[in-house]
Amino acid sequence: MSQAPEELSYARSHEWARLEEDGTVTVGISDHAQDALGDVVFVELPEDGAELAAGDEAGVVESVKAASDIYAPIGGTVIATNGALEETPETVNADPYNDGWFFRLKPTDTAELEQLLDAAAYRQHCSEDS
Amino acid sequence: MSLLTTPLDALHRELGARMVPFAGYEMPVQYPAGIIREHEHTREQAGLFDVSHMGQVVIEGPGTAALLERLVPADVQGLAANGQTYALLTNEEGGVRDDLIITRWSEERFFLVVNAACKAEDLAYLEASLAGQKLTVLDDRALLALQGPAARAVLSALAPDLARMPFLRGRETEIEGATCYVTCSGYTGEDGFELSVPAASAEAVARRLLAAPSVAPAGLGARDSLRLEAGLCLYGHELDAETNVVDAGLYWSVGKARRPGGEREGGFPGANAVFHRKAEGPAQRRVGLRVEGRRPVRDGQPLFANSGEEVGVITSACYGPSAGGPIAMGYVAAAYSDNATPLEAEARGKRLPVTVAPMPFIPQRYYRG
Repeated sequence: MSQAPEELSYARSHEWARLEEDGTVTVGISDHAQDALGDVVFVELPEDGAELAAGDEAGVVESVKAASDIYAPIGGTVIATNGALEETPETVNADPYNDGWFFRLKPTDTAELEQLLDAAAYRQHCSEDS
Repeated sequence: MSLLTTPLDALHRELGARMVPFAGYEMPVQYPAGIIREHEHTREQAGLFDVSHMGQVVIEGPGTAALLERLVPADVQGLAANGQTYALLTNEEGGVRDDLIITRWSEERFFLVVNAACKAEDLAYLEASLAGQKLTVLDDRALLALQGPAARAVLSALAPDLARMPFLRGRETEIEGATCYVTCSGYTGEDGFELSVPAASAEAVARRLLAAPSVAPAGLGARDSLRLEAGLCLYGHELDAETNVVDAGLYWSVGKARRPGGEREGGFPGANAVFHRKAEGPAQRRVGLRVEGRRPVRDGQPLFANSGEEVGVITSACYGPSAGGPIAMGYVAAAYSDNATPLEAEARGKRLPVTVAPMPFIPQRYYRG
């Protein structure tokens, strides 16, 4: 079974968001998403400084067989991206919640995190999905 | 409509396969190792594929070879016993109804393997075209493919008579007590075998092969990336009813005896259209494409010349694990089909530089004895 750590928030479109101690929010895709996609071979990340609203397209993840859009789970300004994924996109499969992170936001309103699913609700969402 | 399953269905599930619908069957697209690892393992050692969804047909009776030549441009009459050839079922316009493998079991007995997606139409066409011959669908047999540099040693340990069987030859042999028909062929560019196995014995044979340390299961995902690296066509992508045999680069499959001036010139559907296209030169050609960078392209995406003119389309694409990057096949206008011609693909609104590249993308390693 795929993992969904308790401390994260999840979008129905399978991105996770983690509120860091400094108030920024890190975003990636869930273990369920990486497993469904299969071997990831390419990741397109948003531009540094991009202003995203919740639900905006923020990038693309391409696996051997399919391309999938990545959406911003909450609104904010992109302050960092995981450039290492350009050379080693397979990290998304190997470590989706840590080294496989996609980008970091300075959130417009951290209250938007409350609109996301908690781990239990997300696991339920995934089981209905499959 | 409910999906069919192959005789290895329970084994796939036990091995943790991800099953997907394909041509009316539930088929394993990958196992837990993943497509890239399964692909690499097949190139390095050996992969075992279940291709039981493909159609296995026996056609027999007096004059079968000559009658088959009325449907395909291959040199069927010239096949030796247990010899095998790639063949095309052509249509009157010189396009392709299906591509298939024909093996001569004996003088008047032929074994055909056809694409799963074309199976029903092929059978209706063969029955109508070969009404006087006996046609038997072997739907009580599985088809397994063991592919890769270790395949020969693994299979020879179970059936020593296969040890020196060269590419495009076949023979009947015993494996795990089952009478199998094994050919040296495949869809990966590697040395390897296809095994037609009685359904009741398929799981035992598969388990025996998987027991060898060098053999790992491989799914349809790896099968597709392996065949694309090997430069092999997939019906419905590179081949269809509208695509001329010559444009597809498959004129080599027209037997020498069947070509203009040959002893059995023409005589297959669309022969004039094929010979005419060969003489005048194709307007478009099937080419290999290498993609700059890591972003993959996808089939159906258009191709552009540097002038901005649309000059072609991608028909298959994947990340090529052994090619070391994204690769594709497609059709481009003849003027843009030379190796090293720079083109652009349009992928999700972005233009990506691609280059016409020689195929196969990896060296073929068939065993020719």
